[in-house]
Amino acid sequence: MSNSSSNSSSITEIVNKGLKKRYRSEFMFRLYGITSILFAAAFLIVFFSSIIDKGYSAFTQGELNISIYLDPEIIDPDNTRDEEEIRYANYDKLVFDSLKNFFPSVSSRKERKELKALVSNGTSLRIQSLVLDDMSLIGKTLDLSVKLDSDIDMFLKGNVDITLDESQRRISDNQVKWTNELKTKGLISQKFNSTLFSAGDSREPEQAGVLGALIGSFFMLLITFIVAFPLGVAAAIYLEEFAPKNKFTDFVEVNINNLAAVPSIIYGLLGLAVFINFFGMPRSAPLVGGLVLALMTFPVIIIASRAALQSVPPSITDAALGVGASKIQTVFDHVFPLALPGMLTGSIIGMARALGESAPLLMIGMVAFVVDIPSTPLDASAALPVQVYLWADAPERGFVERTSAAILVLLFFLLVMNSTAIWLRNKFEIKW
Amino acid sequence: MIFSNVTDMPQMNISIIEYFFGVNIMKKSISIIAALIVMATMSFTASAARDTIKIVGSSTVYPFATVVAERFGKSTKFNTPVIESTGSGGGLKLFCKGVGVEHPDITNASRRIKQKEIDLCAKAGITDIIEIKIGYDGIVVANSKRADTLSLTKRQIFLALAPEIPHPNGAKQLIKNPHKTWRDVDSSLPNVAIEVLGPPPTSGTRDAFGELAMEGGCKTFKWLKDIKKENKKRYKAICRSVREDGPYIEAGENDNLIVQKLNANPKAVGVFGYSFLVENSDSIQGSFVDGVLPTFENIANGDYGVSRSLYFYVKKDHIGTIPGMKEYLREFTADKTIGQDGYLTEKGLIPMPSSEYKQFRSAARKLTSFKGLN
Repeated sequence: MSNSSSNSSSITEIVNKGLKKRYRSEFMFRLYGITSILFAAAFLIVFFSSIIDKGYSAFTQGELNISIYLDPEIIDPDNTRDEEEIRYANYDKLVFDSLKNFFPSVSSRKERKELKALVSNGTSLRIQSLVLDDMSLIGKTLDLSVKLDSDIDMFLKGNVDITLDESQRRISDNQVKWTNELKTKGLISQKFNSTLFSAGDSREPEQAGVLGALIGSFFMLLITFIVAFPLGVAAAIYLEEFAPKNKFTDFVEVNINNLAAVPSIIYGLLGLAVFINFFGMPRSAPLVGGLVLALMTFPVIIIASRAALQSVPPSITDAALGVGASKIQTVFDHVFPLALPGMLTGSIIGMARALGESAPLLMIGMVAFVVDIPSTPLDASAALPVQVYLWADAPERGFVERTSAAILVLLFFLLVMNSTAIWLRNKFEIKW
Repeated sequence: MIFSNVTDMPQMNISIIEYFFGVNIMKKSISIIAALIVMATMSFTASAARDTIKIVGSSTVYPFATVVAERFGKSTKFNTPVIESTGSGGGLKLFCKGVGVEHPDITNASRRIKQKEIDLCAKAGITDIIEIKIGYDGIVVANSKRADTLSLTKRQIFLALAPEIPHPNGAKQLIKNPHKTWRDVDSSLPNVAIEVLGPPPTSGTRDAFGELAMEGGCKTFKWLKDIKKENKKRYKAICRSVREDGPYIEAGENDNLIVQKLNANPKAVGVFGYSFLVENSDSIQGSFVDGVLPTFENIANGDYGVSRSLYFYVKKDHIGTIPGMKEYLREFTADKTIGQDGYLTEKGLIPMPSSEYKQFRSAARKLTSFKGLN
């Protein structure tokens, strides 16, 4: 009796002795966990805040209110109203004249050049298209809000150090003086930069936009989905429900799992060799990009779809077979519909990865300067991640903020795709 | 019991194809195949008639060519040419693949075409090329404005960056480059570690830097220069190579990245094209090379020793097939583009002297074929 009680008390003793250590190790483990989460979160915060901090200013653009007299003497001196005549008129002069109204003293060649450089050089093209659309405007005065040149815009946004010597910065003393004067007159304002979403690439930062890249990415993802989803799902259904369990099937499975981990640039090389060199498809086209991304996404979709099929409980299959359904009826009428939400979720996540992919596109010529907005998947086009890469490489200062803005647009679409996946999962998920 | 695979169900008699595709999937797959065929035929018809000029080539010419292409697209009724930055060598390789709409029409190059490449082109049936020189580009050695301006000679650049240098005692033998700081190279230079950020070997900028700056310094040793006559390969290997033991850091083709790194590290020195110096003149300063600063005037009149010519090559057979080729040539060689006050000079291009310019402008107007290297 005493023996057993002393025995149990010694056990308690041993337990008590070790208790502190056990509590401590649990505490430490939790601490490590929390630290690593905080660490990751801190990086994420730094990453996001730096991109947003650099990029938010790209969503506004300095504009100047200006009235431009559409002088018939300059546009159409012979009153022909001939389109070719009007197309080649000197619209730069119209813009310059109206700028000169603000600063009549400007005369030397250098000053004229500086004054012209206040507004975007796209202004004259804009007036040209306005006039060509409506020739009755000739002779009238237009009140326009025109974009400032990117260098001036950078100055207004505080990205130019004007304490430096004039020769060492992008804008001259005159331009600083004029800009400040126009600003105090209230003629300069920051407006929403709609060009960013309505234009293709440009070498002038104030005229550059992501629309071309967005549409290119959209075409690519469309083709990726059309090609990879049906094939991937069919392959998954066959492998999961019908394929005989033998060495060959195992071999195929191992290969699919390995393919999902192949670096994406390899798919680019494959696309170059097969689609462009062998089939003779055009370079830089979203069609080829979509096919390459489809190859890349294919194994991911198979793996996700198989997981979705596996999660359908065997009781469903048993019940269907039990009431006399054939294997194919069982799979397509019962198992497949129940697995479809899971398959879609997996595919969307796979596609989101494809959206952010730029390495395979390098090989098939999508890293190109494309101004025109593509209208079919066969037109040359850029893609969003590629646009980020191209802008990051551009020497003009205005592209620094636009690079970050393009990253934000890309992140937004990734967020939309991933939330759709989560929404689909929550809506259709069945708890067994 | 669960029937999980085919072998479990011997009683089923339908054919295996029908079995694993099923009716539903069969329909779907037919429509997919049909869609693919449609897409493929579309792609072939598209390549049978192309109405957009395709340009490939040098990443140094890219910032200039894109500006011209954009203006061309916006001011004429033609489509804006599509420009891919593939590097000079890569561009010429694509260019020389053949005649036909699936091959590029124009390639940009930051060096002249080589005989090897002319032969390659000729093999593919491309014998009629137009060569257009667009101007000059300086390669600058630069550092942050927060540090002192460097004044280097080509010889010092060679001694700082070559993998092997002549023995300091004057003997005609090569030793492994021992220099760790600029002071080691020359007592007039600052006592900071050599840290040069420059382009990788695939870049045309690196080729030109090796040829003009490194070799230029190498040549100042007479016995090294003499090797050229005996063994050209060995001479090139000695004079144009860059050391790989740390002081020279390959910073990728992205010149902007180099500029940012220079801003962050005032001790580092960068090697890149003059156009990036123009855009970043508020934070980066060019170094003297052989006593000359890389300014617009010095590069234009040839005083600055590290500058090269920029070109593009046009496939003459494509003129007439691809709309807008002639007009693009005209736009690129117009006085308002590459003339003395052309808009490309604002982007950092150094224009040619006017006699040379006139020669290339008339070549572009008359579509004069390239006569071969002389």
